[in-house]
Amino acid sequence: MAEKFNLNRVSMPKQEPGVRARNFKEVAQGYTHEMAMEEAKRCIQCKKRNCVSGCPVNVNIPEFILALRDGKMPEAVNQLKANNALPGICGRVCPQETQCEEQCTLGKKGAPIAIGRLERYVADWERALPSSQKPATKIGPSTGKKVAVVGSGPAGLTAAADLAKLGHKVTLFEALHVAGGVLMYGIPEFRLPKEIVQGEVQYVKSLGVDVRLNSVIGKIDTVDELLSDSYDAVFLGTGAGLPMFLGVPGENLNGIYSANEFLTRTNLMKAYLFPEYDTPIKRSKKVAVIGGGNVAMDSARCALRLGADEVYIVYRRSREELPARAEEVENAEEEGIVFKFLTNPRKFTGNAQGWVTAMECDEMELGEPDASGRRRPIVKPGGGITMDVDCVVVALGTTPNPLVPATTKGLETTKKGTVVADEATGKTVKDKVWAGGDVVTGAATVISAMGAGKRAAAAIDGYLKGR
Amino acid sequence: MYKILHREDLTPQIHLFRIHAPAVAKKARAGQFVILMVDEKGERFPLTIGGWDRKEGSVTIVFMEVGTSTRKLAALKKGDSIYAFIGPLGIPTHTDNVGTVVCVAGGFATAIVVPVAQALKDAGNRVVSVMGFRNKELMFWEDKLKACSDELIICTDDGSYGRKALVTEPLKEVLEANKDVKMVVAIGPTIMMKFASATTKPFGVKTIVSLNPIMVDGTGMCGCCRVEVGGKTEFTCVNGPDFDGHKVDWDVLMARQKSYTDEEKRSLELWQNHCKSQMGGKA
Repeated sequence: MAEKFNLNRVSMPKQEPGVRARNFKEVAQGYTHEMAMEEAKRCIQCKKRNCVSGCPVNVNIPEFILALRDGKMPEAVNQLKANNALPGICGRVCPQETQCEEQCTLGKKGAPIAIGRLERYVADWERALPSSQKPATKIGPSTGKKVAVVGSGPAGLTAAADLAKLGHKVTLFEALHVAGGVLMYGIPEFRLPKEIVQGEVQYVKSLGVDVRLNSVIGKIDTVDELLSDSYDAVFLGTGAGLPMFLGVPGENLNGIYSANEFLTRTNLMKAYLFPEYDTPIKRSKKVAVIGGGNVAMDSARCALRLGADEVYIVYRRSREELPARAEEVENAEEEGIVFKFLTNPRKFTGNAQGWVTAMECDEMELGEPDASGRRRPIVKPGGGITMDVDCVVVALGTTPNPLVPATTKGLETTKKGTVVADEATGKTVKDKVWAGGDVVTGAATVISAMGAGKRAAAAIDGYLKGR
Repeated sequence: MYKILHREDLTPQIHLFRIHAPAVAKKARAGQFVILMVDEKGERFPLTIGGWDRKEGSVTIVFMEVGTSTRKLAALKKGDSIYAFIGPLGIPTHTDNVGTVVCVAGGFATAIVVPVAQALKDAGNRVVSVMGFRNKELMFWEDKLKACSDELIICTDDGSYGRKALVTEPLKEVLEANKDVKMVVAIGPTIMMKFASATTKPFGVKTIVSLNPIMVDGTGMCGCCRVEVGGKTEFTCVNGPDFDGHKVDWDVLMARQKSYTDEEKRSLELWQNHCKSQMGGKA
């Protein structure tokens, strides 16, 4: 029996490290039809369906893989999209290795099914179809209820799509000039092409969602005004957009960016295409990125593609504690990014024109585990190194933007600025208001935000239908 | 898209647009700003709100042609549309009744000072205004500022109109003559706000300035607009744009404003070449 299982997954073609480090084109190039079929055939269609429970939005994984294997592509699309409005995005940026794929039965003996790659293949197949040939999505009968969704990132897009499918009239408010939130401003083109994001936004619009761009809720109408105006419920998916800084001397020197600014200029404003696009970014030579998460990896890899000669990831703990996905760390290393572990900036110095020229760092060592369960970094006495830099990107994480909580009466927030909401339903303590995604959890993953959007949509639907 | 309902050229380089943006107009208050993008490839840049008409659903902006973005904007006509127009952002200027207030307006910022002076006047303050321009040709809105001021002092750098002086000179005299001045609002080029703040400091009079650092999103997301105020880092877009002028680290602000001087030059050259080629090389 065992010999019938193919324990090796089909690898995904990627741009060569030396080439891709200098362009913004997508690194991973996706399966061909043959590759997808070969990988789909590996799925043993086990009865346990562990993969589905490993997925925050419970995608019908065995079903879509079966349809794919049988060459029934429209069926594969329908199965995939039944629980996931944004498969082209998830197939690219979900940490499958800790979710669906980690639960895969085949993983006990060999490599789990490459679920993410297959998801991407099916989503891309559909995206290439002319709109007239795309499998139609069933939309429930109109309920006459109106829901305002605030923020068009992964949580908001998912909640909006689900609510629209359930027959509610949805208005999606976005502060920026394009929809997609962090998918547009944060995740770089080479990991998630913006065309893919806009394709999925288009799908959400096709469900009848009215997207209002350039609309900063709290500054135009407040949540209370939305509710007293005409909306029956509000979902807050405003994300975690407020950057954290180190709070050390010299941090306001020129050339020091928050990762949000660095990535927003590069991705959202397309500064890598300056001067065709009007927004500039400094073309620096020696860049230090502070932090060890996915955002730090994205920033470092952008810096390289913008033409830097040397890019460093400076992280205060060791390799083992890096919060970034292993795949992203590997990609970064392949491209030539240098990791400096157990190193933490304590001061920036600059020239007479106010530009950063050097970064003084403490050397760290690991002590006892802290609240996060990771060993706490402590300063090694007497140590210290100085790095010459002309650009620093601070990628220490983000906290929720206080704009909406501060202008909404009766919302409960934590010390960290997150909105308090029930985990199962997203219900806040305020009547008719739900919340989900990073605004509730603090910065997390795209898929966990989508899961929260999905649960909240179900809860809002229940409320609106009087259940 | 946001339609230009009205265009007026206050001087050859300074323009006033009334933009159709009902949601912004509904909430706009003096001292707040908007973020604009002229077209899809444009920069996001801030302009302080110069006025609003809630009935018409319009917001007034006044701007001077400086770089690519403002020149692109200036190339638009009545009836054309702007790609993105976001606001009203930032915290409105505090315009409570405090007694006597001095409003200092430098150059095209006069357009921003007028609604602030008006709000201060409406609140019951005695408003003394000082407006300064480089020369007479660049001046506008003397009548508007006069209408909401109890006293108006005009000066030009070259003496072509009003007094030959920088605004700091009459400002100092007003403070010397009026011991009851409770607040100064100084809005204009950064260098003017710096020196206006230095002028008022010995008098211990609270001085509000409206800072104009480089911004990207304008909603607290990027931190590009961070400034140091009283030794603390503040984001101008969400905690400003108004700050205590005596506490602002002007050197940090001015250095940060120059972050992209080279790129701005390059971008402008490209735009100017583009304009020339559009005009068949006759420009």
